[in-house]
Amino acid sequence: MEPVVHLRSAVSLLGRFPALAGVDLDVDPGEIVLLQGPNGAGKTTLLRTLAGLLPVVSGTAEVLGHDLRTDAKAVRRRVGLLGHATMLYDELTVADNVRFWARAAKARPADAEAAMVELGLDGRLRDVTVARLSAGQRRRAAIAVTVARRPELWLLDEPHAGLDAATRDVVDGLVRRAADAGATVVVASHELERATALAGRSVTIVGGVIEHAAESESRSEGQGQAASEPDAEPEVARVP
Amino acid sequence: MFRDALLVAGKDLRVEARSRVALNQVAPFALLVLILFAFALDPDSGVLDRATPGLYWIAVLFCALLAIQRAFAIEAADGNRDALRLSGLEPAGIYLGKMAAIAAQLAVLEILLGLGVVLLYGSHSSGWPLLICTCLAATAGIAAAGTLYGVLAAGLRVRETLLPLLLLPVLAPVLIGSTRAFEAARDGTPGEGWPWVGLLAVFALTYTIFGAFGFGPLLEES
Repeated sequence: MEPVVHLRSAVSLLGRFPALAGVDLDVDPGEIVLLQGPNGAGKTTLLRTLAGLLPVVSGTAEVLGHDLRTDAKAVRRRVGLLGHATMLYDELTVADNVRFWARAAKARPADAEAAMVELGLDGRLRDVTVARLSAGQRRRAAIAVTVARRPELWLLDEPHAGLDAATRDVVDGLVRRAADAGATVVVASHELERATALAGRSVTIVGGVIEHAAESESRSEGQGQAASEPDAEPEVARVP
Repeated sequence: MFRDALLVAGKDLRVEARSRVALNQVAPFALLVLILFAFALDPDSGVLDRATPGLYWIAVLFCALLAIQRAFAIEAADGNRDALRLSGLEPAGIYLGKMAAIAAQLAVLEILLGLGVVLLYGSHSSGWPLLICTCLAATAGIAAAGTLYGVLAAGLRVRETLLPLLLLPVLAPVLIGSTRAFEAARDGTPGEGWPWVGLLAVFALTYTIFGAFGFGPLLEES
């Protein structure tokens, strides 16, 4: 089975400066991978690189079977990037925004409606302009856009930020269902407890380089006994 | 491509319909410019009447600058430019859609300015086909060039001041051509105005073709 993400010594630029300094990473179809690391480690840069927004200047970088160095545009239409910016038009309503981005991605109108329902945006909020939403509601609308696009690779940068507990559970449920349906998810988060429970594997990035990979408890519980012992250290290995 | 253009144009016009920037800010600005011209040039001396076609198109260019800046300001906010790059929309479709939305707003402003010129300056003209064709060709040209230079300036920190510096010299042929065509219509010699309409049409077509191909790389660089 070909990996959805295949990086070998990948170096990408942020402006004129190297932001990723030789990243190695493989992510299989249907996998949920947690990306962790300190502030400024390169998590957001890696997600933007995987989305085809930052140029890869050396190494191997393939996403969804496309070479990021030569065919980044083919990747972009198949990924869903939830970044720090909500990527919404303030003057339009929630429904206008979700429908516009869904139609741009050639998703069905029903997908846009379903996404709004799933994120609790189907009532009064759907006709409220984004400028009048709270930060948490804006985040929900941004997640609805990502969901409505039905991407094959979900790239989520701090998806739980600004959300209440109930909505965080909803988001986790959406991510699990997407992965069960075959989508691949890479999630960067500082909420390690929640994100570790969600992900099957975690990787740590420091200084633009992947340092460690470990299977999370949620995955190990079903597969091995190392994690069944509370004090057991998670298996740590170089990536790949 | 045309599906994407319709989608983007619809979105931009919906943004304008909800924010009403063109109606509440640009249109009053345009009328204010006309009034100030009337103060500066004594209507009784005949100078104002002779200068009306040029003043009208200068006011249109000022409005166009505001409309173009607005069209790209909404994409600069909150990561929307990245969203456009990720959207899967054809760059040529985005270009044509934004161009169409700017042209539609300009057309409305031109009608308002035309009414202002008639009411404030007492101007009149008999060559309506020439006037209408001039407006259509000039509007398309301004929108085509403006959309191209708008995305070029959009990624720069000094975009508000840079756009007029880049765009106004480029639009000089539009100003000259449309003014001459309007003068011909006013003077009752439409035959002298049609070649200028041809020039405006060539300008619009050239920039539309350049824009359709050049918008994508400029969006990537901005």
